[in-house]
This record gives sequence, C-alpha cells and structure tokens, in this order.
Amino acid sequence: MSVLAIINTQNGFATKSGLESASYAAGLAAQIGTDAVSIVAGPLSGTEAIGAAGIARILHHEAAVQDSGQWAKLASAAADSAGATHVVCGHDHFGRAVAPRVAVRLNAGLVAGVTQLPEGSTVRKNVFSGKAMADVVVTTEKAVYTVTPNAFGIATDESKATVEAFSADIGAARETVAAFEPASGDGQVPLPEAELVVSAGRGLKGPENWGIVEELATALRATTACSRPVSDIGWRPHHEHVGQTGITIRPNLYIAAGISGAIQHLAGVNQSKTIVVINTDPEAPFFKAADYGIVGDAFEVLPKLTAAVHALDS
Amino acid sequence: MKLLVCISQAPDTTSRIAFTNDDREFDSNGVQYIVNPYDEWYALVRAIELKEQQGGSVTTITVGGAQCDPTIRKSLAIGADDAVRIDSEPTDAMQVARLIAEYADGKGYDIIFCGKETIDHNGAVVPAMLAEMLDCGFVANATQLDVNGAEATVAREAAGGEEKVTVTLPLVLSAAKGMAEQRIPNMRGIMSARTKPLAVESASAEGGSRIERFALPPEKGACKIIDAENAAELIRLLREEAKVI
Repeated sequence: MSVLAIINTQNGFATKSGLESASYAAGLAAQIGTDAVSIVAGPLSGTEAIGAAGIARILHHEAAVQDSGQWAKLASAAADSAGATHVVCGHDHFGRAVAPRVAVRLNAGLVAGVTQLPEGSTVRKNVFSGKAMADVVVTTEKAVYTVTPNAFGIATDESKATVEAFSADIGAARETVAAFEPASGDGQVPLPEAELVVSAGRGLKGPENWGIVEELATALRATTACSRPVSDIGWRPHHEHVGQTGITIRPNLYIAAGISGAIQHLAGVNQSKTIVVINTDPEAPFFKAADYGIVGDAFEVLPKLTAAVHALDS
Repeated sequence: MKLLVCISQAPDTTSRIAFTNDDREFDSNGVQYIVNPYDEWYALVRAIELKEQQGGSVTTITVGGAQCDPTIRKSLAIGADDAVRIDSEPTDAMQVARLIAEYADGKGYDIIFCGKETIDHNGAVVPAMLAEMLDCGFVANATQLDVNGAEATVAREAAGGEEKVTVTLPLVLSAAKGMAEQRIPNMRGIMSARTKPLAVESASAEGGSRIERFALPPEKGACKIIDAENAAELIRLLREEAKVI
C-alpha cells in the first residue's frame, strides 16, 4: 500500500504545485499508515525538496514526458508498481490533463480541486466558483485527488527521498510541444501560483497609468492582474485577466484598485485569503467581499502603499 | 470535419447559491440556468467557425434530464446542426465522461470540444477523461486552434505563459478564453433551432464519487476601512494582523 504523488518538474525541479501534491500525499500517507511515493519524469536535480515535502521514494523515469496520454500510462504503471490506493496531483494545467486520464486507467473515483486532507473516503472541495464547498465521497477502491493550488502548505522537514529508476511501456506521443512563449510578466510568479497579487481595473483610466500598479507589485514581489474590461479593451494582456471567464486565483493577498467587484470578477478571486479593495466609490460592491478597504483615489493611495512597503523593508 | 461539442448547463453566474434537503442538494428554486459559458462562448463558437471554414457538421451532446432542453436549443440557435441528450442524472464527472465516450465511440468525430470547466462543479476533468476513454490526444485550456489535415496546432495556457502544441486528430480539447468571440443568436437561428433534431437517448454508466453534503463558506467579517490619508496603516495591518506580507 502507498500514496502516489505525480510530480511535474521544470528545469529539473518540482513545480510549486508538484511540491504541494507531495506534501498532501505525505499527509494522507501518514493518516493511513503508509509511505508516500512519487513519480517524476525527465532531468531531476531537486530531490531534496521532494524528500523534505515528505516523499520517501521517488520513482524516476529518465526521459522527459510531455504527452498527457503517455504521462497517464507512466503514472498508472507507477501506481500499480507501488501498490498505490491513492494518487495525488496538482489541480494546475498539468494535473488537469494527466490526473483524469489516470483515474480512468485505474478505475478510480476522482475528486478535483481538493482543499483539505480527506477524512476516510470523504474529502472537501470548492464548488460554484468558490461560493460553496462540497464534501465528496469516493465510491471506488482507489481514489485520485487533485489539489487546489495554494490551498495546502509545502512541508519542509528533515526527511530524504530515495531515488529508483522506473520505466514503463508508455506508447507513442500524440501531443508535441512546439514552442513556449513566456508571459510578459518579467519573471513574476505565474498568476495561478502567486501568493501576492496586485490587480487593477477601469478606475486606472488608461494603460499608461499602470506604472503605479507595477511599482506596488514590484515592492511586494507580487504578480500583476487585471479585470475583464481592462483586458478586453487591450490595456493589459489577456493572461492577466482574473475572474469567471479568465483565471481563478487563490493568493494569500489580493489587492484590487479601481475594480468595482462585479460578481463575475469576485468568482475568480473570492477564495483569496485576504482581500484589499481601493475604490473612490464607497458603495462599490467589492467592499462587501473585502477584509480591508480604502475609500480613495488609486492614483494617490497606490504610491503611498508602495512607499510604506519600502519603509517597512528598509 | 465531424465535430462534437459537449454542452453542460449551469446556474447563471449571479444565482443565489443555497442548498436544500439537509444540504444534500442544490436549491434550484428561482435559479436561471444558462449554457456553461466556457462551453458556449469558446468551445461551441470555435466548432461552428471551423465548420464554416472547412465544412462538416457540429453536433452537441449533453448529459442530463429534460430540464436541459432550453440550453440545448440555445446551442442550436447559435449554430449547431443537431443535438443529442443522454437522459441521465449523473453523480460525477466519471459518469458523464463514460456516457459521452460510449456515445462518441466509433462515430468518427475529428474533434471533441469541451469548455475548460463548468462554473458549478469546477472540476475541469471530463475532457481529459474522454480523451483517455476514446484513446486520443488532448489539450487542456486551449486558446487557439488551427486544423491542417490530420493535425491540429493548438495554443494552450501553461504555467507562466503559453505553449504551442501540435496534436494528431482525433483530438479532445477544452477551450478557454481567446478561442472565439461570443455569438448572440439571431432571430433566424432561434427560429430554425426549434426544428433542428434533438435526439434523446437512454444509457447508464458507473460513477466514481458522489457529493455527500454542501456547505457555505463562513461569513466574511466586516471590511475594515482604513483612512486614505493613512495608507501606511494598511501595510502594517497586512504584516502584523493578516500576516500575509
């Protein structure tokens, strides 16, 4: 028996979502009295972080795998080999493509986007775009869980992982990655993974005014985001749009300047742990969803916040 | 090209979310149902555009009871040729995927389109399950699609940017923002949708999970208002009280 974490890597190191899955798998393994094992493919140098997250044994497939069908074959073979009763993966782009395929192969019930460790066969996840939660019971022998990004901390204890070579018949690839275009975010943490986000909307009046947003984001080492109207009229790139039809995020801190807080926008950000709203209109609906608010002009407030962050750091 | 679009209905974004039957069921009282936005705005419209460019047919498939028919008719009004409804009340995504896969298997669809997720259960897993069940390629969160013969070039959202992926057909994809522009059905579309074929099939399949109970998140405390003249106080609170920076 074991719990298997499917860990995606970038440049040889586990992604943040991969380490969250590793910690979740370790927590679950401790709960049911077994070991957490992981499957990793391609160049691997970050074994320490994976071990520290609680993985006892890394099954290492030497060649990198991009194709989701091949990944599913590899991960299912690893699950069989390790006798895994539970498989854990991140609910990120990687996990959305791979975990459902693994669930089909293992004939396992899948709970997508879990936010807590299970209690028995019941596990909690968010539904209705964060407006409610559901306790889901898995009715099959095996279970697959995908873990909501930034919902589950990464353990860093003293434990170390052993590494074993692992191979399986994964068939031919159908999907080939031809090119990667990084978002123009200048080395910012990608939005779905970001812990701190500074976002702005139409209240900023024009794309030329985004400097004060970027300055606060830089001071906080936060990622910038925007509302839908702003990306629709081309003031900001589409990948910055958070909300119902854009990206759903769950940062520790979400600062929204000049965004009124339409329900479609809230659906994308209401799972943020702390929400700060800056708006000239004290009746803006966003204040109802906020933890902290400043009724004022973003053009005056944002530079003051940036200065306060610098003062705190110095 | 033979195209299949998976259409789900979902409560309108502005719906009040409440539960009945000891928090075991969603309270649909007074709730307006819409075509799941990702299915409609991005998946369906891109499929219709492809048919307009390259010929072929667009069929929609929905798993659900007769209460889904109005949203299916809307999809037909936007431009799908015909529709199938698998008459079943599914308990989870695995069951939905099995019912769709069973229907689609052997019918020669070149591309099966889904939205990237539904706005009620937010699972985002039916598309990849379908790909595995039908043994074909898959692209999640696709933002662009071009088809050249037996191969598709797809752009997809990826961690920290966007990837261009080439995939051999047949293919399952889940569509995200950027795929297409929303289309509003015109009067002619609405009229013709009334007579387009909507086949109802009965089938059953096993699921792998069920919802035991719903809960609402704890109420947010009142928003703490900080004076605009004293913005630095906010930064102090974020560090010392909320402990997020």
